[in-house]
Amino acid sequence: MNSAVYPIAVFFAAVFTNNILLTNYLGMCSFLSVSREIKTSVGLGIAVTFVMATTTILNWLAYNFILLPFQLEYLRFIVFIIIIAAFVQLIEMIIERVSEGLYAALGIFLPLITVNCAILGVSLFMVIRDYNLITSFFYGLGSGLGWFLAIMAMAGIRQKLTRAKVPPGLEGAGITLIIAGMMALAFMGFSGMINIT
Amino acid sequence: MLTTLLISVGIISAVAVFLSLLMVIADATIGNYGNVLINVNNGTKELTVPGGQPLLKVLTEEGIFIPSACGGRGSCGLCKVKVVEGGGQILPTELPWLSEEEKKENIRLSCQFKVKNDLSIQIPEELFLVKQYTTVVTRIRDLTHDIKEIRLKLLDSQGIETKAGQFVQFQVPVYELTDEPVYRAYSIASVPSDSSHIELEIRLVPHGICTTYVHTYLKEGDEVLVNGPYGDFYLHESDREIICIAGGSGMAPIKSILLDMQDKGSRRKVTYFFGARSAKDLFLIDEMKELEGKLEGKLEAFTFVPALSEPEEDDNWEGDVGLITDVVARHVKDGSNAEAYLCGSPGMIDACIKVLSACGVPEERIYFDKF
Repeated sequence: MNSAVYPIAVFFAAVFTNNILLTNYLGMCSFLSVSREIKTSVGLGIAVTFVMATTTILNWLAYNFILLPFQLEYLRFIVFIIIIAAFVQLIEMIIERVSEGLYAALGIFLPLITVNCAILGVSLFMVIRDYNLITSFFYGLGSGLGWFLAIMAMAGIRQKLTRAKVPPGLEGAGITLIIAGMMALAFMGFSGMINIT
Repeated sequence: MLTTLLISVGIISAVAVFLSLLMVIADATIGNYGNVLINVNNGTKELTVPGGQPLLKVLTEEGIFIPSACGGRGSCGLCKVKVVEGGGQILPTELPWLSEEEKKENIRLSCQFKVKNDLSIQIPEELFLVKQYTTVVTRIRDLTHDIKEIRLKLLDSQGIETKAGQFVQFQVPVYELTDEPVYRAYSIASVPSDSSHIELEIRLVPHGICTTYVHTYLKEGDEVLVNGPYGDFYLHESDREIICIAGGSGMAPIKSILLDMQDKGSRRKVTYFFGARSAKDLFLIDEMKELEGKLEGKLEAFTFVPALSEPEEDDNWEGDVGLITDVVARHVKDGSNAEAYLCGSPGMIDACIKVLSACGVPEERIYFDKF
């Protein structure tokens, strides 16, 4: 594929065909617990998008300039995790300091996603698929937006669902997982449209 | 081989040290809010505390105990505090726990709300005395087929200062029925002068989280966390005649009040009506009768009137029969100079208030504890 178009293709693939949540089922924990209302899920979605896009860049730099030269690729798990954790913590402190409104809308979700496996997953896929810096950035951004799209869709469905009669055994996480499964099936309709590995 | 090992250790340490250093610097600069002033209850107390921490944590460190079941994770919604000034915007993590009215009154969830600037807050006066106590179960005994009495020894040498009739909250730890600690309120049944012990009377409620725990899991020697004391149900000082009415485990605070009066050598006239369904639901009858004898001479008169609403054939019951309201109406002639203390189910209390009012007891002198 043309190298100029490639990052864009990866971007759209990450949003639709290879949606990190609905094809890889990563980041389920916060997806299940914070998808009750559209308003809060938007806050979380933006936070995830921001953190994914920025940490993929940081992790790409760390991987290519620190780990690769010393042949320490096997340390990527732990290095990626501590970089994500430190970065998220730092961003939270900064947001809390500078803007109360932004903190209320977004910052409060940051501690939630420090341990979100989708964030680490994106960084690991970036390594496995051997993306360059620009592609990695678009991949992180796209994955974040894809996750955002999925949680918003889920929140919309769940808001409607409050008026539905759900069998008692399936209330809460049960019905949410079933819906997530159906959404994944629907997203399968996108598969094959863009081919990336 | 050795060099690769050293390099990998070196690299990972360097990354970790760099990031930690960054965090330490950030903590000292961005996260440093300096000292802030908290004005509690219009100047009753002024606290100078380091900013940047959740209000709940700050208050706990200053010895003001706000009840919280989840330990500050924002999942129980109990630690509400009124922030009069300096509150700012309500956070999304607080929203699920606050009603529209509470939002208007600036009620905040103190575990989520961080102290960043000078504040002025309001907390109920009684919370100043509330503390958390670690206790050990020294005795569990069956009072009836479904009521157990547990006796707790406080490990804190200071002891607990209570008024007879008040209650404490019992912390149920994580077990089969609950995946986070929960709190349930129980009246203290023991005498306040014994400040190192607390007795609770707990009736088994089918599928009740706390009562199931107490009845099937709790053993002698176990550690239990309680916090308290709470409540404005206690004996008011005066010379008036006293009418006490209790049903079931409503015995607890009344027993505490009576023991307290005996302790203090009170000379007030007391009539205690205790209602139960049948003989198998009665308990502590002998203790109460004994008290009747003991209090004689000290008190003008203490009369204990146990009554059964549905005595069974083989109960051989010779005492009063009927609904507690009917029994009270039969015994109380003129209540205009009396005050009343009621403890029991909401239905029983509402019915008793009607009867007592009809007997002339002024409503403002009817004190009750509904559960």
